[in-house]
Amino acid sequence: MLKKLRTSDRALMVLFTVFVLATPLLMAPLGAGYPDLMQRFAIYGIFAIGFNILFGLTGYLSFGHAAFLGVGSYSALWMLKLLSINIVPAILFSVVVSGLFALLIGFISLRRSGIYFSILTLAFAQMSYNLAYSVLTPITNGETGLQLDLEDPRILDNASEGGQLASPSLFGLEMGDTAVVPFLGMDLQFNVGFYVSALVLIGMFYLSLRIFRSPFGMILRAVKSNQTRLNYTGFNSRPYTLTAFVISGMYAGLAGALLVCMDPLAGAERMQWTASGEVVLMTIMGGVGTLIGPVLGAGIIKYFENIFSRINDSVIQDWFSALPDGVADVLVAVVSPFLGSGWHISLGLIFMLVVIFLPGGLVEGAGRIMNLITRLTQARKTASHRSDDRPSDDDVSSEKSSPGSVNTRES
Amino acid sequence: MGILEVKGVNKRFGGLLALDDVNLSVQQNTVHAIIGPNGAGKSTLLNCFIGKLVPDSGTVDFNNSSLLGLEPYQINQAGISRVFQTPEVFSELSILENVMIPAFAHRDGAFHLSPFKSLAKETTIREQAEKILQDVGLIDERHHTASAMSRGNKRRLEMAMCLVQKPKLLLLDEPTAGMARADTNNTIDLLKTINEAHEITFVVIEHDMHVVFSLADRISVLSQGHVIVEDHPSNIKGHPKVQEAYLGTTETQ
Amino acid sequence: MDAILLQILNGLDKGSAYALIALGLTLIFGTLGVVNFAHGALFMIGAFCTVTFNNLLSFKRVTLSETELSPWGTPLEIQVPYVELWFGDFGATMIDYSVFWSILFAIPVMLLIGIVMERGLIKHFYKRPHADQILVTFGLAIVLQEVIKSVYGANPIPQPAPEAFVGSIDVGALIGMAENSVIYPIWRLVYFLFAAVVIGGIFAFLRYTTFGMVVRAGMADRETVGLLGINIDKRFTAMFGLAAVVTGLAGVMYTPILSPNYHMGMDFLVLCFVVVVVGGMGSLTGAVAAGFLLGILQSFASMPEVKDFLFGFSIDQVIIYLVAVIILLTRPRGLMGRKGVMET
Repeated sequence: MLKKLRTSDRALMVLFTVFVLATPLLMAPLGAGYPDLMQRFAIYGIFAIGFNILFGLTGYLSFGHAAFLGVGSYSALWMLKLLSINIVPAILFSVVVSGLFALLIGFISLRRSGIYFSILTLAFAQMSYNLAYSVLTPITNGETGLQLDLEDPRILDNASEGGQLASPSLFGLEMGDTAVVPFLGMDLQFNVGFYVSALVLIGMFYLSLRIFRSPFGMILRAVKSNQTRLNYTGFNSRPYTLTAFVISGMYAGLAGALLVCMDPLAGAERMQWTASGEVVLMTIMGGVGTLIGPVLGAGIIKYFENIFSRINDSVIQDWFSALPDGVADVLVAVVSPFLGSGWHISLGLIFMLVVIFLPGGLVEGAGRIMNLITRLTQARKTASHRSDDRPSDDDVSSEKSSPGSVNTRES
Repeated sequence: MGILEVKGVNKRFGGLLALDDVNLSVQQNTVHAIIGPNGAGKSTLLNCFIGKLVPDSGTVDFNNSSLLGLEPYQINQAGISRVFQTPEVFSELSILENVMIPAFAHRDGAFHLSPFKSLAKETTIREQAEKILQDVGLIDERHHTASAMSRGNKRRLEMAMCLVQKPKLLLLDEPTAGMARADTNNTIDLLKTINEAHEITFVVIEHDMHVVFSLADRISVLSQGHVIVEDHPSNIKGHPKVQEAYLGTTETQ
Repeated sequence: MDAILLQILNGLDKGSAYALIALGLTLIFGTLGVVNFAHGALFMIGAFCTVTFNNLLSFKRVTLSETELSPWGTPLEIQVPYVELWFGDFGATMIDYSVFWSILFAIPVMLLIGIVMERGLIKHFYKRPHADQILVTFGLAIVLQEVIKSVYGANPIPQPAPEAFVGSIDVGALIGMAENSVIYPIWRLVYFLFAAVVIGGIFAFLRYTTFGMVVRAGMADRETVGLLGINIDKRFTAMFGLAAVVTGLAGVMYTPILSPNYHMGMDFLVLCFVVVVVGGMGSLTGAVAAGFLLGILQSFASMPEVKDFLFGFSIDQVIIYLVAVIILLTRPRGLMGRKGVMET
């Protein structure tokens, strides 16, 4: 069983890497093959993976993770301003800072569990948001947001750029650089920023895979299952949950830093509760506690955010132009509030529908469909030759478990 | 000197004196039963052993060090495992994982950070767990999740979770509560085998006299927060004080 | 002394809003055991009831003046609300007092929204984990907020207080202090009195009616009350409706103080969660007390003296959270919390 698991993990890792690296190719036909959006796929994927390490494994629902995203953004931008336009120190610094910040907030919030924990984290995030707007204006530049400046000291590489703002780079490779390759009538855009984010995403995914498959990950799942029992089993659960909290805070800080590296602007609204809610939504949508779910959820939400919000009334009218006028008008009137600037309504509705009907997210949905198919094919098999198809002992392992554990076992 | 020494323990809840100068000495490698009518203070006493309650006065020493004020996990790490009245397992995890977790706690202590170690490479721990599961007869279902188990099997699993830690003392809180007679007998057999095979001291809190007299080497009878008798089972059966405690004063000659 | 009194008064209006929202929140999870993240949306919807009703009342007939010209040389448009046309001066007064009329409008609307919400959605989440309850109501909050945004736009819509209540009164002179020492806007006083009446009404209702008794029993031990053969479900639906009305009215009356905008619900909700946690989850008195307490504390924190004392840092934005953190660390169940409420 364990051997099988190891090989399937390896296969998963390879598949994941291939898919991520091929994103420009895969997304171009969907109209999403441009750098800015693909960067966001990867970055929010990292954010959601990190959130899932906390929520998916321990069951602690944090409603304040955007605070770490914001802290990561601010600290990365300060590094770009003060030290070097190279993104490496910026990323490292912001991971450290957000980790320390998570340590502080986690230490306090984790003294309570359940709903209290959610409210405490929400309160901390709102507090950070308010602070960024008011007291901390010297650091955050308040409502305007923090950005690069010609006057930045940049101790390490302050070469004069002739009155032009430098753009963040990785040892000379600028994040904004894009190679456009025509392919089958499409323009494939291979962007440096995307590939940097993608490589980080792949690394972070591997890290989360390792955590899921480690004794530490198992203990975190035990926290979710029955924390009291775990304490009577001889484990001090608090440092475990705190570690998970800090790790996921660092993931968020990393995502925040990458956002800044792609687009050097950091504003307080990144820390708002809506942003915290968004990462919860991504994780739930894809599948809480699954490996691939959060990335999937992040991709889908960012995709729809982008596609839906760009549809305006004239586009909708185009859709229905073939229909008789009266019908078209009605349809336009029905559809338009949910698209364009109103796409958040659809987002909220989708969120509710997922929580109500598919609490396990898309991965569970896919699992259900797979089960249905296997049952149907098996039913046909048994009908043709009635044999005792009880699987042998070792095969039972990963397939035969309740829906609850499928989440954590499968990709 | 016993492995578990309780001296002069008092616990008061408002006006009620739940434990009144309780003294208890549990000898190593024995099965020590604590019995008594409802409300005698059995659960209160147990809660003082496991870190849930702190007595108002008195001492609870395990292997010559005090248990008072310790967190549940510290008490476990000291070598005391506990079986719950209603079996408590990690329902969402597989049976094998349920046993591996306490094995890790035993090997690595209360907190040990190894986020990047592979679970698949922990063969020693897995073999330990499988060995114990073999002993309690759950080896065939080890990859199933614990949620679907029968109550009797959950009790077995809980036993396995305790045994894998090689505890010095095992606390059993009404291990057969709510069980059918057949299950009860199975549990008694299981406990007997365990007690003979491993060198573990048992403290059993039990209502069911059948269980108590099949298992115990020594019995303490608790009544109104006070230990009225502590003796060998054969001496307990006809003891007038015990009859008094259970049946009221009228029965005494 | 007068400075202190002024700060207390200044804290009362916000405190009243906190107390009312927190009361509704507590009624809901005290009775139904549901954590309602869409509760702030109810407050916002209440505020927009006022906007809607005001819009309805001041629906205008537009005629062109025959004599006067506008600055552009075209005939001047004369806009007269229909209500004034029909009822004359009484109509004008009606528009002036639209905030109060809105209460009558908001009660059935909020009741309906509350009942639909409970029957349509919340009911199905009683047995689901708290995390699911939070998530689904959170989704609902997004939807409600965005619907309001798409209907009324993103900008705040100012709502005037009735003319008789515009301006301030000299509270200091009223209670025998020096004149002009404590000046306080009238509407805020009205809001406080209104909140006091509503809170008193709710407590009296729970205390002196059979319905209230059953609900209180249900809050203490839901299962047992259910076992007694009392149909607790129907009462819980009514309770949800009641909580929605209370919260909605808090929003209706708050409009002259804060111009309604689509995100006011969530802004207040986060604060009110903190209020509830500080007060102790499931405790009605705790919610009300903590609401006023934190409102007043916030107003003290905004004093210039406090700012000077803290080397120029203004902490009025974060004081509530700080207090919450301190209270949760020292008294984990809040000021008046009971054991075992929402702790799993």
